[in-house]
Amino acid sequence: MNYWRAVLLVAARDLKVELRSREQAVTLLFFALLVLVVFNFSFDFTVIDFVTLGSGVLWVAFIFSGVLAISRSFQLEREQDRIQGILLAPIDRSAFYLGKVAATVLFMAAVEAIVVPVSVVMFNFRFSGRIALVVLELVLNTVGFAAVGTLFAAMTTRTRRGELLLPLLLFPAAVPVALAAVKTTTHLLAGRPFERYASWVALSAAYDLIFLAASVLLFDYVLED
Amino acid sequence: MIAESGPAVPAIEATGLGKRYGPVVAVESLDLRVTPGESVALFGPNGAGKSTLLQLCATLIRPTAGRLCLFGTNASSSDASALRRRIGFLSHQTFLYEHLTGLENLLFYARLYALPDPVSAALESIRAARLEHRRDDRVGSYSRGMQQRLAIARALMHRPDLLLLDEPFTGLDRPSHARLEATLEEERGAGRTCILATHDLGQGLRAADRVLVLADGRLLLDRAARGLDQGFLEALMTANSASGRAAS
Repeated sequence: MNYWRAVLLVAARDLKVELRSREQAVTLLFFALLVLVVFNFSFDFTVIDFVTLGSGVLWVAFIFSGVLAISRSFQLEREQDRIQGILLAPIDRSAFYLGKVAATVLFMAAVEAIVVPVSVVMFNFRFSGRIALVVLELVLNTVGFAAVGTLFAAMTTRTRRGELLLPLLLFPAAVPVALAAVKTTTHLLAGRPFERYASWVALSAAYDLIFLAASVLLFDYVLED
Repeated sequence: MIAESGPAVPAIEATGLGKRYGPVVAVESLDLRVTPGESVALFGPNGAGKSTLLQLCATLIRPTAGRLCLFGTNASSSDASALRRRIGFLSHQTFLYEHLTGLENLLFYARLYALPDPVSAALESIRAARLEHRRDDRVGSYSRGMQQRLAIARALMHRPDLLLLDEPFTGLDRPSHARLEATLEEERGAGRTCILATHDLGQGLRAADRVLVLADGRLLLDRAARGLDQGFLEALMTANSASGRAAS
């Protein structure tokens, strides 16, 4: 089978299952919005500049809802041992990995597409008209987080207590992308010139490339018992 | 490159095959040769290694010892993905997505196997499973028996050369049971190789040309099914499950 058709097939199936069940969409969105509400009540943003805390608030919401998305995505494969159905198929197993990454990126992007405008209103801030850079930064860091998260979720999915193991493995590995995401967002919120944070954007891009490439190459072994 | 399956090339050839999970030995030093078109019943008490052996043959797990060739190709080779196209596997689990309809489930697998006309293949399979009237209902609303019928349809849809069935009669009512027996007979007639793991000795003896008995991961008996007495098999397995428990 054509490699990219297999990627699309896996991603489309995840989206279709989610559209039917709506389990993930509701959980992710409410979790992310709850984070915004809690931070809004915890800090007096008339005194504290949102630039100082804003990136942290946003990325706590995105990262933790991302963990939920990844965890749920592989729970779907664990139930009824569906992952075996995929492993039996005559496709390159890395196509399954990329399909899962694509679906997770879409779920996280949907949350971000709602959370960013809501937080603009809630915290009364602007990205100083740099929409293209904001989108680029969100895409790069979301892809990085989904890439590493999907890899570790696949690694732990066939182990006992995989759901407990996932955050233990994922959070240390995701530190570079989380750091780059928070730093870039802080600079974007402050309206600083691109040169000031270009290195963080480059880090995110390099992280994406390294993790996607390594995962595609190693995924067959990751799924070994 | 997948080798051609001529009469000289066995469908399954295992030499000193072993599978360990840490200290637990699931399959040990197993030598086996199954010719194309042969129908084999796999018996054994719980924990004998039947499911592990089927998973090894399905290329879902790699052996920790020995060598396994399917249709002349090493099952651990990089060609395993092409080899998987020739395998149909039915496990204890159905592999079905409860939020998708019966037809969508089959379509998903038909496309995953890159069947030339996935829609026709899925429709034909759902008809064969006698689930056409429920094809647009979500699988979550199906009974256990209906899910099992759909899972069987999924395993057979791509017309595999090697059928690996782990307790396929689980959850089936009497008519579905009879239909599956007829389907297996058809598959046998079509020259497909079939390995059927079951606890139902009578069923296995009826469906197979040859009988294998496993106990504690070792091959205990390898005989033609014809003339084999069910009572003898029961006694053999009881004795070995009792000795296995005593040893542990």
